[in-house]
Amino acid sequence: MESQEADKNPVVQRLRQWDAEAVSEVIEFRGETTVVVPRTHLSRASAYLASEPFLYFAFLSDITTVDRFPIEPRFEVNYHLLSIARSDRLRLKVRLPGNDPSLPSVTSVWPTANWHERENYDLFGIRFEGHPDLRRILMPDDWEGYPLRKDYPVEGPR
Amino acid sequence: MTPTTVETPTGAAQTMVLNMGPQHPSTHGVLRVILELNGEIVVKAEPIIGYLHTGIEKSCEAKTYSQVITLTDRIDYLAPLSNNLGYCLAVEKLLGLEAPKRAQYIRVLLTELTRIASHLVWVGTHAIDLGAMSVFLYTFREREEIMKIFEYVSGQRMMTSYFRVGGLALEPPPGFLDKVRRVIDALPGHIDEYEDLLTNNRIWLGRTKGVGIISADDAIAMGCSGPMLRGSGVAYDVRKAFPYSSYEDFRFEVQTQTAGDCFARYQVRVAEIRESIKIVRQAMEKIPKMDGPIRTEAPGIIPPSREEMKTSIEGLIYHFKIYTEGFAPPPGEVYQVIESPRGELGFFVASDGSAKPYRVKVRAPSFVNLQSLPKLAVGRLIADVVACIGTTDIVLGEVDR
Repeated sequence: MESQEADKNPVVQRLRQWDAEAVSEVIEFRGETTVVVPRTHLSRASAYLASEPFLYFAFLSDITTVDRFPIEPRFEVNYHLLSIARSDRLRLKVRLPGNDPSLPSVTSVWPTANWHERENYDLFGIRFEGHPDLRRILMPDDWEGYPLRKDYPVEGPR
Repeated sequence: MTPTTVETPTGAAQTMVLNMGPQHPSTHGVLRVILELNGEIVVKAEPIIGYLHTGIEKSCEAKTYSQVITLTDRIDYLAPLSNNLGYCLAVEKLLGLEAPKRAQYIRVLLTELTRIASHLVWVGTHAIDLGAMSVFLYTFREREEIMKIFEYVSGQRMMTSYFRVGGLALEPPPGFLDKVRRVIDALPGHIDEYEDLLTNNRIWLGRTKGVGIISADDAIAMGCSGPMLRGSGVAYDVRKAFPYSSYEDFRFEVQTQTAGDCFARYQVRVAEIRESIKIVRQAMEKIPKMDGPIRTEAPGIIPPSREEMKTSIEGLIYHFKIYTEGFAPPPGEVYQVIESPRGELGFFVASDGSAKPYRVKVRAPSFVNLQSLPKLAVGRLIADVVACIGTTDIVLGEVDR
């Protein structure tokens, strides 16, 4: 749902001016802005958002995935950005198909992404290309399956 | 991790790989750190976590929105009310509701008491880690007084679940503010005592000053928050930057230090206890002048009051429906952030329009802060690793969730 309100958001306008293709959708809900970015544009968009002086999203608060099984594209990876200088927040969302849940790592832009990406790999099986050390982090190394996926039973594997 | 060859003043030598934890008194839970050592100097440090992983986020998906509150207590068990608040605010945001002003002020009062209690545990345990036994006994004495307040208000010392979606679980019992006043009036003197024992103590200074330094840029890049970030000179506090639960009505200063070492983080935490006392005092002044309900009114979402449930048919139906089926927020996603004692605590809640959350993600400050441990510890002695783990103020329940 694209509202006019979201279009007035200066961050969204700025992103659009920079590269119109980097913004495939803008969602405004409860005062929070979500920008849907194609995965091909994630690396460039994140580097731009982190370094552009007007935007300065230097702080990556969180990375989390939502599994929309059985809907395709199945996975939504959310990046919660924070600009301490401007007291502003932004959510980037990347949609991924269930048969190829991979996207470029953002550890070179935000080093803190390292453990967040490992957690998403561990619990959802999202592969972050270019991650320096993509291993399980919370589950045992020899665990099978990805516990937070919707087709994984709450009681655990049988 | 495998040993490597390093140059030492007496010629080439092999490093030693040492396993610290998961059962180690200084790790405050079950944290394992693999250290690669050159003599006593840390060359590499790698935290291994997950020993306390209980799948709280997965369990949330199988519970109704109200049932999840009891799980949030158990994430960060030193600050259960902060977790309750973060989650309740997230669900309220999803619903488009707000708690009544009086409930918001009581929430502020109690979460600030939580911050004091949590920082007291930190001062005490950190002092024990570094060899100062007595401070621990004093801080736990004061913490117990705060725990008694929680028990008086909610019936539980730790797993309070006192904040509910839309307000509070119960009206605070009579005499509640008097109890708080008694504790708060005694606290500043006690904090002076701890400072007498520690702040100018030469051993304490030797163990913390210049140890575990992280620069402001590194702290931001590593996603550090809370006292970790403010100890490095970044004045970022969620309570000021994104006020929630009426924090904009309270006067307090964001405490920062520029050194970025363990001592700076100690100073920030002690100063924060004093600021929290100020906030609690302001709340104590304001709360008696307010009246009105402790829960907002939203038929079908927020349970009706006891009287209404007993006297009106609608009230009874809503009561029954809320406690059997729960309530269903509109589809959407929200990310609510609060300042927990450990830093930026975020709750990401996604709804698909059913009575159970589709996804709950906890952005745990301990998890993120712990990630910078190698940055703090590398190049220091093994003994300093203990100080570094201590000042990141991790709660393993929150790290592993």
